[in-house]
Amino acid sequence: MAIIQETRDRVASLGEKYKYGFVTDIEMERAPRGLNEDTVRLISSKKGEPDWMLEWRLSAYRRWRQMHEPNWARVHYPKIDYEQAYYYAAPKNAEQPKSLEEVDPKLLETYKKLGIPLHEQMLLAGVAVDAVFDSVSVATTFKAKLAEAGVIFCPMSEAIRDHGDLVRKYLGSVVPVTDNFFATLNSAVFSDGSFVYVPKGVRCPMELSTYFRINASETGQFERTLIIADEGSYVSYLEGCTAPMRDENQLHAAVVELVALDHAEIKYSTVQNWYPGDEQGKGGIYNFVTKRGDCRGRGAKISWTQVETGSAITWKYPSCILRGDDTVGEFYSIAIANHFQQADTGTKMIHLGRNTRSRIISKGISAGHAQNTYRGLVSVHPRAANARNHTQCDSLLIGKECGAHTVPYIESRNSTARVEHEATTSKIAEDQLFYCLSRGIGQEEAVALIVNGFCREVLQQLPMEFAVEAQKLVGISLEGSVG
Amino acid sequence: MSLLEIENLHVASQGKEILKGLSLVIREGEVHAIMGPNGSGKSTLSYTLAGRQGYEITAGRILYRGEDLALFAPEERSAKGIFLALQYPVEIPGVTTMNFLKAALNAQRRARGETEFDALSILRLVRETASGLNIPEEMLRRALNVGFSGGEKKRLEILQMALFKPSLTILDETDSGLDIDALKLVADGVNALRAPDRAMLVITHYQRLLDYIVPHRVHVLANGRIVAEGGSELAHELEAKGYAGFVKDAA
Repeated sequence: MAIIQETRDRVASLGEKYKYGFVTDIEMERAPRGLNEDTVRLISSKKGEPDWMLEWRLSAYRRWRQMHEPNWARVHYPKIDYEQAYYYAAPKNAEQPKSLEEVDPKLLETYKKLGIPLHEQMLLAGVAVDAVFDSVSVATTFKAKLAEAGVIFCPMSEAIRDHGDLVRKYLGSVVPVTDNFFATLNSAVFSDGSFVYVPKGVRCPMELSTYFRINASETGQFERTLIIADEGSYVSYLEGCTAPMRDENQLHAAVVELVALDHAEIKYSTVQNWYPGDEQGKGGIYNFVTKRGDCRGRGAKISWTQVETGSAITWKYPSCILRGDDTVGEFYSIAIANHFQQADTGTKMIHLGRNTRSRIISKGISAGHAQNTYRGLVSVHPRAANARNHTQCDSLLIGKECGAHTVPYIESRNSTARVEHEATTSKIAEDQLFYCLSRGIGQEEAVALIVNGFCREVLQQLPMEFAVEAQKLVGISLEGSVG
Repeated sequence: MSLLEIENLHVASQGKEILKGLSLVIREGEVHAIMGPNGSGKSTLSYTLAGRQGYEITAGRILYRGEDLALFAPEERSAKGIFLALQYPVEIPGVTTMNFLKAALNAQRRARGETEFDALSILRLVRETASGLNIPEEMLRRALNVGFSGGEKKRLEILQMALFKPSLTILDETDSGLDIDALKLVADGVNALRAPDRAMLVITHYQRLLDYIVPHRVHVLANGRIVAEGGSELAHELEAKGYAGFVKDAA
């Protein structure tokens, strides 16, 4: 408990700087430190998983033991000691609540502080939240309405039990167990996450939303999300992330897999606001995330929109495999790095089918001593006749100590393909700032205004209620960047 | 009571002294014009009044309602009722004009401890004011000054003046780059805001604007000092004789 008190005091002393920096005082149930086969077995048995799932995890674990952490990204951090972390933490008494009344009021209080409306507000907002608190999903709402439409939206652990066939068919089919160091680690130890299945021809009647939150100290959070949009269906999914402030760095390695069958569309939006570390670069989340969508059927569409303002390290490349003919992939990104944050983010558009189209708009903002890298791959395979890509990468620099880097990879093996790349780098001009100031708009508000303008094309892609929050976040994350 | 008192003002920018002992008094309700050739210090004066970074007062002072203006940041001056219409209004991509106006109006109100306008009343206020200045609604939806013509940019400056209702307006070469129709439109906008409790400082190179905004006093600025003063007839004298005579006097 001492640690929690200390953190609280620290949060109090830092005041409003990181609004989400509070710790919920709930007894945690943890696996022992470190990672071995027993840890994997424990996680699997805690969740009452079938044997095939345990075997899947164990194969991932054995593979992971032979893998090396990648080092090609433009991010620098001290070596992570994987034996010192906890791989499972769950709030006690949080198992299987049958209604919101059964949920620990302290948890609900936490969600309230995060601004997530769980009760009647949810009806008004029309958002179903599958809230993940550390590792166990504690509340799932709107199930009835979704069930009526035939949509399955539940915690991954529940899906493994109740919809085993679907999970077994699709899990790891986009991001294979062997994909990369962090994805393989996730496959071994993932604790929970969301599962969505939208049946043929169904337009999901509401935006689906999950808030992830890392609470326990020194706990890696490994969510696993799987979304399947069957033929002709549509779903929009929102993911919001925050984490409390802590001195030590916390590891976060999530995997998100999207599968869009014939003429299905998936829109996946993220607002990531993990604790970025303090102004000296101490603490903060290490965010190593693998997100990939597979436009498996003809005419399918997958659209990623991300607003990345948090984390000390961001390593994230939400990608689209344009497998079916006439498929469309989109990536809209705002990445803000302030103080000592490092972001290496971008996308991969893999054109396999004919007449496939992709669009990339990336807005990188660097301030303080931060380094912000766009890293992207556009790959056109021999069969992908008439493939089209347009990429626009804009970087905005605030101050003299930060950096912006653009690393585009373009591979084209079909002569009918057309790939365009545009890039700009600019600074907030002194005359723009003065113009705002002379009209009564203070320095920080002026920066937020100008940066929001810079990001507008991407902000417009977000669902309305998220866009407002994202705009505020843009302002908050750049506080103290000028002056 | 005098609204603005500039006493023996010396201002340097980038290590070079530009204003060299300028004095000027403006009372409420008065319209003053400052005329001068290029490089005489006209823009330096307007930036110094607005508090732009990089313009350092090395001697003298500026009193606004009896307070030393140097103590206040640009945004505080704005909230206190000082408005500078710029010669070259700045483009801010992605920020709609309406949004910008809302941010500015509410920031000023906040600073004065007044309640902020809600989105709807701002919309109504801006629309009403804009239509009086022949500013189409479509312009308010475009990004601030991006792709605006010279005339549109200047009209937008006047729209801001009309919305903010400043006690002291400084018009920095608002006439530059305007054809005669646009000039009249701008002048009408400015004249509509003349009031006993408001003052204006019209900075211009040419007498033309002063045919439409007739000032109480005209000051000739040369080499960082006021070298001649008079009524509105002085502007015509300048137009006839040119600046050469005045500038030589100053040297």
